[in-house]
Amino acid sequence: MTTVVYVPRDAAARSLGADGVARAIAAEAARLGIDVRVVRNGSRGMLWMEPLVEVETEAGRVAYGPVARADVASLFAAGFLNGGEHPLRQGLTAQLPWLAGQDRLVFSRVGVIDPLSLADWRAHGGGAGLVAALGMSPAAIVDAVTQSGLRGRGGAGFPTGIKWKTVLDTPAAQKYIVCNADEGDSGTYSDRMLMEGDPYTLLEGMVIAGLAVGATKGYIYLRSEYPDCERVLLAALENARAGGLLGASVYGSGSAFDIVLRRGAGAYVCGEETALLESLEGKRGEVRFRPPVPAQVGLFGMPTALNNVVTLGSIPAILAEGPAAYQARGVGRSRGTLPFQLAGNIRHGGLVEVPFGVSLKTLIYEYGGGTASGRPLRAVQVGGPLGAFLPADALDIPLDYEAFVDRGAIVGHGGVVVFDDTVDMAKMARYAMEFCAVESCGKCTPCRIGSTRGVEVIDRILQGERRPQQVALLRDLCDTMTSASLCALGGMTAWPVLSALEHFPEDFGLGRPDHRTARSEGGT
Amino acid sequence: MPAHPPASSPAADRSAEVDAVVQRAIATHAAEPGGLLPLLHAIQDALGWLPPDALPKVASALNLSRAEVHGVISFYHDFRTSPPGRRVVKICRAESCQAMGSDALVKHACSTLGMELGTTRPDGAFTLEPVYCLGNCALSPSIMVDGALHGWVTRQRFDALMDEVPEVE
Ligand SMILES: Cc1cc2nc3c(=O)[nH]c(=O)nc-3n(C[C@H](O)[C@H](O)[C@H](O)COP(=O)(O)O)c2cc1C
Ligand code: SF4
Ligand code: FES
Repeated sequence: MTTVVYVPRDAAARSLGADGVARAIAAEAARLGIDVRVVRNGSRGMLWMEPLVEVETEAGRVAYGPVARADVASLFAAGFLNGGEHPLRQGLTAQLPWLAGQDRLVFSRVGVIDPLSLADWRAHGGGAGLVAALGMSPAAIVDAVTQSGLRGRGGAGFPTGIKWKTVLDTPAAQKYIVCNADEGDSGTYSDRMLMEGDPYTLLEGMVIAGLAVGATKGYIYLRSEYPDCERVLLAALENARAGGLLGASVYGSGSAFDIVLRRGAGAYVCGEETALLESLEGKRGEVRFRPPVPAQVGLFGMPTALNNVVTLGSIPAILAEGPAAYQARGVGRSRGTLPFQLAGNIRHGGLVEVPFGVSLKTLIYEYGGGTASGRPLRAVQVGGPLGAFLPADALDIPLDYEAFVDRGAIVGHGGVVVFDDTVDMAKMARYAMEFCAVESCGKCTPCRIGSTRGVEVIDRILQGERRPQQVALLRDLCDTMTSASLCALGGMTAWPVLSALEHFPEDFGLGRPDHRTARSEGGT
Repeated sequence: MPAHPPASSPAADRSAEVDAVVQRAIATHAAEPGGLLPLLHAIQDALGWLPPDALPKVASALNLSRAEVHGVISFYHDFRTSPPGRRVVKICRAESCQAMGSDALVKHACSTLGMELGTTRPDGAFTLEPVYCLGNCALSPSIMVDGALHGWVTRQRFDALMDEVPEVE
């Protein structure tokens, strides 16, 4: 009998040596003459426990982790192929606390299946959303998406159904679906994990989007920093064409849809939708003036539904289970689930898919286990480089688009970056300006020049040069950037800068002498 | 041994190689709508950089001016207009990695490799570059060495990776 052993092929798992572990398991099995099939699955999202090896047993899948190459011989000796006891044995995967409390809707198959096996995908419910959509009119699909309450997961939170309706209602000879896989925000990796762990679900979401708006061609714009992901997607596209998920007649329906994979070239601003379109057209990634919106005049001048990977990846579940089931999850106007990503100085970093409404505290302490350093948490940045810094006493805030906006913060793509008390918040503010200067597309002066000025002003504040005047200057600069920038890169860089200044003035050499931090005590 | 006459010099070989790569990239991508980026990537994937003699051919194949092609190349951080070192090391400097000490890792890298961030060492051994997130933020700090991702990179791990002979695929 063949025993199936799972060793993730996810880039994060590979970054900790999963390939070597997979090879060692195959080699040891061969040496012992045992029949083992190693499947390279996606990651379960417990990234701190990678490489997490699972063995298929009669009782279910048993997890061992983190496994190093050097552990492999002892795992065989301990009978891990039968779920045997071993110091690295974590128990039945399904019962691991990290996973048991989650509501895996978009990530239901990630880590479970062989990402490139269409048969495995179908056996676990893949394709059900597409089958449902093929029996619906375009307007009915758009309605279902609207009713689900799904909002764009790329950052702006715009209702997906409304965007799709605009594309549907704009007549054109050719329309496009564009998947934004630029995932540039620090602290985020859910797009990557979905694409590497369950690529067909993204393709399925894009096909459904095509049926909904009347588009026959799609593009995936993938950032160049994800070479592992690119390999998975290329193979998935080929298999999907061979398997009838893509092509001239999707699932024999007579409707055509095909997808082209495009690689970005290392520009954060190309995650902005209109810069992305420019880039797809082979140009410099400069932001376009709006209106018109891409839904009306998008790629090559045609109506284009442009959505984030997780947005599109949520579509199949919405159609398979019906919009009501999706809408029933979440709080307020934030419906459904979001795969949150724990990052930075965190003991247990990884992906947690739960409905909106969970508090930051729950995510960071119950899932994340607090800081990796064991030192006190000092600040958290949610929503990428344009997100505000929140102080340690603000962590009761629920993950909800509106609750965050009320606090001058953003949920964005759901990345949570934790900093301990050694962080220098003035340095982080300086970095925010520097990042804006490095990544600015150059189209507007406040962003292009203002960010460089911002770095200089913060430097002067730190040198103690006429501090009050310089702080006033910094605030003015932030105001100008916020009000006079064409896109959120220039327009929101003020958020991390001003939140750092507001919550951590002592790091800028200003006031609050009672607030003592490790840095001021340590005098570094 | 190749059947070629021994007349070809290394420079001529190189120029023939560039030509062949560029012709292939043009044949594959020139007709594609908005195909300039894939075309440039194809050349850089094959040669490691974009040699200046390739650009006029690219421009004329796509009916663009040289200035337009140059404008695109200069916009994107990825495109190289000079050859990279034998090993390309990218260190993530984005927020999550900073929270786990990437600044110190950058300093360590610069001092052990004897070079500045964002440069290629004069002996051509290394290119050391900043990168802004590798999507491995749960395992910060992260680096990428010749396209391979590494997480939780301590100084010791960094040194070991630099000493390693690159694996042949
Ligand atoms: C500077 C900047 C960078 C962005 N980067 C991304 C990104 O990497 N991925 C993404 O999906 N959206 C990104 N966005 C948001 C997109 O402009 C757009 O709102 C989104 O892709 C739309 O898809 P959605 O409605 O499904 O979220 C960025 C926006 C800005 C201003
Ligand atoms: S704000 Fe900055 S990135 Fe955005 S359009 Fe203006 S210059 Fe370009
Ligand atoms: S911030 Fe370094 S990998 Fe994401």
